[in-house]
Amino acid sequence: MTPETIFYAVAFPILGIFLGLTYKGIDRRISARMTSRIGPPIRQPFWDVGKLLLKETVVPENAVKWLFNAMPILAFASSMTLLLYIPFGVLRAPLEGYGDLIVILYLLTLQSLAMAVGGFASGSPFSSVGAQREMVLMMSYEMPLATVIVGFALLYKSFSLTTIASTPVWTMVSPVAGIGVLLLFVALLVVTPAELAKLPFDIAEAETEIAEGMLAEYSGRNLALFYLSDAVRGFAMAALEVVLFIPFTFSYVFGVSLSGTTLYIVEGLWFLFKVLIIYIAAVTVVRTSFGRFRIEQASRIFWVHVNLIALLGLALVWLGV
Amino acid sequence: MPKTAYYIPVGPIHPALKEPIRVEAEIEGEKVVKVDVKRGFAHRGIEYMGMKRNAIQTLYLSERICGICSISHPYAFVVAAEKALGIEAPPRAQYIRPIIAELERIHSHLLWLGVIAHEMGFDSLLFWIWKGREKVLDILELLTGNRINYSVFMIGGVRRDLKESHIKALKDMITYYWEFTEKMKEIMLSDPVYKARTRGVAQLSKELALKLNVVGPTARAAGLRMDIRQDMPYDAYADIDVRAVVPQDIVGEARGDAYDITMVRIYEIEQSLDIIEYCVDNLPEGKILAIPNYVALLAKIRRTKGEAIGAHEAPRGEVVHYLKFDGRDGPSVWKVIAPSYNNINSWAPLLLGAEVADIPIVVAYIDPCMCCNDRVALLKTPEGKVLGYEYIHKKAVEKTKRIEREVKK
Repeated sequence: MTPETIFYAVAFPILGIFLGLTYKGIDRRISARMTSRIGPPIRQPFWDVGKLLLKETVVPENAVKWLFNAMPILAFASSMTLLLYIPFGVLRAPLEGYGDLIVILYLLTLQSLAMAVGGFASGSPFSSVGAQREMVLMMSYEMPLATVIVGFALLYKSFSLTTIASTPVWTMVSPVAGIGVLLLFVALLVVTPAELAKLPFDIAEAETEIAEGMLAEYSGRNLALFYLSDAVRGFAMAALEVVLFIPFTFSYVFGVSLSGTTLYIVEGLWFLFKVLIIYIAAVTVVRTSFGRFRIEQASRIFWVHVNLIALLGLALVWLGV
Repeated sequence: MPKTAYYIPVGPIHPALKEPIRVEAEIEGEKVVKVDVKRGFAHRGIEYMGMKRNAIQTLYLSERICGICSISHPYAFVVAAEKALGIEAPPRAQYIRPIIAELERIHSHLLWLGVIAHEMGFDSLLFWIWKGREKVLDILELLTGNRINYSVFMIGGVRRDLKESHIKALKDMITYYWEFTEKMKEIMLSDPVYKARTRGVAQLSKELALKLNVVGPTARAAGLRMDIRQDMPYDAYADIDVRAVVPQDIVGEARGDAYDITMVRIYEIEQSLDIIEYCVDNLPEGKILAIPNYVALLAKIRRTKGEAIGAHEAPRGEVVHYLKFDGRDGPSVWKVIAPSYNNINSWAPLLLGAEVADIPIVVAYIDPCMCCNDRVALLKTPEGKVLGYEYIHKKAVEKTKRIEREVKK
């Protein structure tokens, strides 16, 4: 482990939290404008976290205390780790070579799992119902998510994200496989709101039905940790999609050649811009234009429709390789 | 694996509820297997207060029974009072009253349409509908001076006349809402996601609706042709020939679910627009109060001995007021029946076997109004014996004395 890696390991989470919260703020603002409201200032999520950290952390009497308190930390840690696997534009991922897409898949699952376990541990019926729903939802969307990753493994003969990021996917596929990759992209975009527990798949946290579900009993520092991990996960998920599907660099698109610091700054901003586009398209617009599905409706959507799309994409990729 | 049932207490305070009521549900997985509805958290003794005041004060007190039906209760009240007194409002007032009442129906139905969107997690639709609702609230403010609690009715007429400028504003509003309801039909009734969440949810059969005695849009969605404006017309409604809006007239069959009730409510907004347009176009000239002098009116009430029942079709169903004048300048007996009292009956059978995700829709589907509901508060011993008034009063006096002693110490 070089000093450079250690520097990254410290700087990336801080940067990740900052970006995650900023994107959350932008998301809230755009969603508000879409529904003819003014909306909160973009720095509102920072204030929310600050406020939550000041508040008392209440543990319910009939909760399993250590589990209840451990789960927010687990969720936060896993989303932080997730961030370390994602290459920022031309910057290499700090934990490059220590894991691959499979690890990312697990880290994404781990957060949802932590929330579900926390929900079960809080001993409230609302949380238990929410946790049950989260488990069902996870079982539904993990399959298309895994299919997408298998599709990439087929193309690159490797699970390594660095390999994938180094060669844009669109330059190495035949037209048939190209359609396949496009279908995988669509499947992943549909999975995104479910993975991030956003409308129309925020079934596990349905406010009007089960009073925020898994998070019902969480407060103070614990809630702040969940809030942060949610924000970071949102950013990481969008970033992952950018790395997989829109890997074009600024110099590639506009045909300019940059070097040195300018290259890093311009490419970094370009990457953030791409992430923002994906974030708005997959999260903000979707959550503003849909109502909440029922759990069995959501399950059917993933098991039948999204799975079909993903498997068809996989088949096309397999044919095209 | 043994099945585990969770006991979910909803209310009296709960984010899904806007007013206090308690629903105790037992659920297995996502299914409700046992349900109990407990009401009685919002008793305010308004009827008792009304029986201590004069009739004009009571009229405005009746507005405070419900925040949304704030013209429906006074409407039923004035209809009853006019019957008991044997007076009739001047024709112009008889045409102004339905205008206000139908405006209230529009705003109440739009409120509900927003709420149901919120209950199914579709907040963008809520914001859009409530933005559209502002228009009718502005018109109500223009006509009556208030957005809610219009205070515009009077026994034997109305207190405010309709001016030319008001009529112009009303016509503008009618055009606006014809476009708005068209858009709403497109967004709600034709939307697959909305359909998926409401079709078959809270399904009330015609037989069950009759058995449970539900009223208003809830009954009409189940296919029952009942509407006070059609069955026992009053004021200008008698000239208009109102017909109950039922789903079988719109799409051919009535299923009585949340989708049908949405349809009924949207079409009722259009019906209200028609009624307002008719009333505005055929507005007779003349005075607006039968007895303009309030002192004379109160004197007449004091001289009157008699009783009457007044009914009005509120946005949620029928509101019935019973009045008895007996030598006092106010009602000596006043009894109010609000529509939610009947409609809440539908909760227990509809919630049984429903999914957890459908609980808010079943609860919101009747547009419940808890504050209209409670007529009486009963205190019970743990064994279930109801405590009498004298006993409670004695205990209250004892407690006051005890606190007095403690404070003095």
